[in-house]
Amino acid sequence: MRELHEFPGGLLLEPHKEITDQKMSILHPLPARMFLPLQQHIGLPAVPAVKIGDKVLKGQIIARPDGYVSVPVHASTSGTITDIGDYPVPNPTISKAPCIVLEPDGNDAWFDIEPTEEYDRAEPAKLQELIRDCGIAGLGGAGFPAHVKLMEGVENAVDTLIINGVECEPHITCDDRLIQEKASYVVSGARMIRHAVQARHCVIAVEDDMDLAYDALAGLVDDDLELVRVPVRYPAGGEKQLIRTLTGKDVPSGGLPIHIGIVIHNVATAAAVYRAVTRGEPIVSRYITVTGKVDNPVNLQVLIGTPVEDCLATCGYRHSEDNKVIIGGPMMGLRVTSPNMPVIKTTNCIIIEENAPARPEMPCIRCGDCADVCPELLLPQQLYWFAAAGDSDRLREYRLFDCIECGCCAYVCPSRIPLVHYYRRAKSQVVLEEQQGNEAAAARQRFNRKTDRLRIEADTSRQRRAPGPEQDTRAEKKAYVEEALVRTRAKRRQQSPGDGDAGQTDTDD
Amino acid sequence: MIDRTGSSPHWHDGRSVGTVMADVCIALVPGLICYAWLFGPGVLIQCALAVCFALLLEFAVLRLRGRDPALFLRDGSVTVTALLFAVSITPLAPWWVCLCGIAFAVIIAKHAFGGIGCNLFNPAMAGYVFVLACFPVQMNTWPALPAHGIGASLDSIFPMGTTAPDMLSGATALDELKNRLELMEMVSEIKSETGTPMIFGYVAGAGWEWINFLYLLGGIYLLARGVIKWHIPVAVLAGVVLVSLPFYLYDPEVHASPLFHLFSGGTMLCAFFIATDPVTASTTWPGRLIYGVLIGALVILLRGWGAYPDGVAFAVLLANVFVPLIDLLTRPKVFGEQ
Repeated sequence: MRELHEFPGGLLLEPHKEITDQKMSILHPLPARMFLPLQQHIGLPAVPAVKIGDKVLKGQIIARPDGYVSVPVHASTSGTITDIGDYPVPNPTISKAPCIVLEPDGNDAWFDIEPTEEYDRAEPAKLQELIRDCGIAGLGGAGFPAHVKLMEGVENAVDTLIINGVECEPHITCDDRLIQEKASYVVSGARMIRHAVQARHCVIAVEDDMDLAYDALAGLVDDDLELVRVPVRYPAGGEKQLIRTLTGKDVPSGGLPIHIGIVIHNVATAAAVYRAVTRGEPIVSRYITVTGKVDNPVNLQVLIGTPVEDCLATCGYRHSEDNKVIIGGPMMGLRVTSPNMPVIKTTNCIIIEENAPARPEMPCIRCGDCADVCPELLLPQQLYWFAAAGDSDRLREYRLFDCIECGCCAYVCPSRIPLVHYYRRAKSQVVLEEQQGNEAAAARQRFNRKTDRLRIEADTSRQRRAPGPEQDTRAEKKAYVEEALVRTRAKRRQQSPGDGDAGQTDTDD
Repeated sequence: MIDRTGSSPHWHDGRSVGTVMADVCIALVPGLICYAWLFGPGVLIQCALAVCFALLLEFAVLRLRGRDPALFLRDGSVTVTALLFAVSITPLAPWWVCLCGIAFAVIIAKHAFGGIGCNLFNPAMAGYVFVLACFPVQMNTWPALPAHGIGASLDSIFPMGTTAPDMLSGATALDELKNRLELMEMVSEIKSETGTPMIFGYVAGAGWEWINFLYLLGGIYLLARGVIKWHIPVAVLAGVVLVSLPFYLYDPEVHASPLFHLFSGGTMLCAFFIATDPVTASTTWPGRLIYGVLIGALVILLRGWGAYPDGVAFAVLLANVFVPLIDLLTRPKVFGEQ
């Protein structure tokens, strides 16, 4: 049995998972239009590979990755591309981003896809390529391209592969339902990823209260996989927190799990890898939880790009201004005023809550409750002061960038200070300043190089000019002659000290 | 559209500065009732007066500073300041002593420093020290056992020029001990006298030990509710014991016992209600321990060698001065920092 460790801070929250975790998921019908953002992952956005008016098939690549940290986008169903342009997207920093608009033809006809024969004989590098081609970005929340994590695994010795089924945010049960309904996908996917990174150990972790999911997995795992339940505490499913819980190791500040020999993937990612390897199927759909004040809270299997409105309608909800829509969980989700945006690869939950009047922000009373609950052992109060003062050096020194934005600090703040909001803003400000600093440094370098070049050019041209006497000016010539005269006279004086004055010598010449 | 007014998290535990302060008021109630029961209703009148003065002054200052009084009065911090001030001064003090102290606490100690969250000194203790320095006679007239009636309290608080409060007053245990030790008497000798009014009780001052005990219970309520953390109260009490114990062991006839100090004067009020004010205390947990021990030690030193019988207010204010330094020196190592 694996010894579990405790991570610092954290909160016990009301789970509210019983609303949806026992209900069979529903296959969401084809929407009238789908919006596929070019960027659904961390890294560079994909580049469109289709034109308006093109007919595409389900699973066909419609945008190609740009660079290493990027994944392609696939058509979620067969149909026609009707537009490529800016549409609303669920993103905390920008409200609109480039999307490919797809009008389904209703056939849902698959593109040519083919399975990989016997994955355990395939080269790990080949699996990695396949996983990228299938557009697999972490389905847990951050959306880190899966192949990058795998590549690191291939290049470094991996001790432990962790398959993360710890859904610590309240309300969200999409991974829970996925495990219950597709446990074999998760377990097989875990084995495939394990083969791809050649990990020594593989652990599948679920939360203590996920009994049904645990049972479903327990029937499938063998000695090769460890199945572990971790205590219910927010944010137990955070990458660094889960690593700490399972291994007792801490990911170094600013580092990645691979630096301590760990690769961690979400259960949904594992299931997606299974589909990719056994059928060649790219990511075209995912599980999402629709809950809160809707008539029929349930998990949906939704095609990527389906508008959130359609998902809500399926659950018997029509949007009204009295309610707010949260995309994601109540602790880290994004609040939107109208649900006119698509479900993307990282969308795990939609919650409808009643609009409560916002409580005003009061001055900090220095109670320090925020520091007690911070799972990253940061000093939220000090970060707040430094963010207010715009002190980038101190913000870095106090590890602003290790903040995982879990929201524990703001949850307990008696003064209702929206700390996470301030940290997010400070992060983008520090990054911006750094970019500007880099630009300035680059400009200085360019300038220095240019002046060096000009000087060298000037030097060489002068050297080239020097031997040509006709180019010398008259004054220079004269000065040269006079210099020579002075030297000769001095020599003469030395040779015949007895001679008369300089004037005579001159005439002698 | 993305709603920028509502950043995550979208949930909150529901606590606010107001609920925290309300808990502090609730925790004070048992001690207050005991106080009024033993020494007469003067303390309740002082509380009512102080809260009224404080709310009015806070309202006025907030208006002057252009803040929203409805919002800031609701945080309850000024009510707590007023109550702590009222239970610290003598119940026999005339109303204008109360007014002066509250005015100093609210206007100078709190708002001149920037209002809630910014004040360097504990406002209640600053107000207390101010009136102690200005009105030493009125402030050193303490009620004696047994309890007097409401009429006598009113006469004392709203003096009409004729009745002197002397009839109700008597020495407190800390007072008596200090004065007679200076006359080279022995502790056992002083305590063994059983005159009227009764001055010494089971372990400390008669009556005062019970009030302290109930403040202790109130403090445990605050700990249980998570309003305060254990570091400061434990450190204050530890400081009191650590400094008084060696003296007591050295010569119990010249120095009072740690138990006497724990249940005398304002020790428990200080440990659980005054020193725990988050704004003026250290924010790091090692800093809170240092801050608490410092207060406890200063209380004993000031009681033994200071000019006043009790040293709680001075101890807290002196420790407040050191808070920025303590915070700086006890800054936790940032994780991963060598």
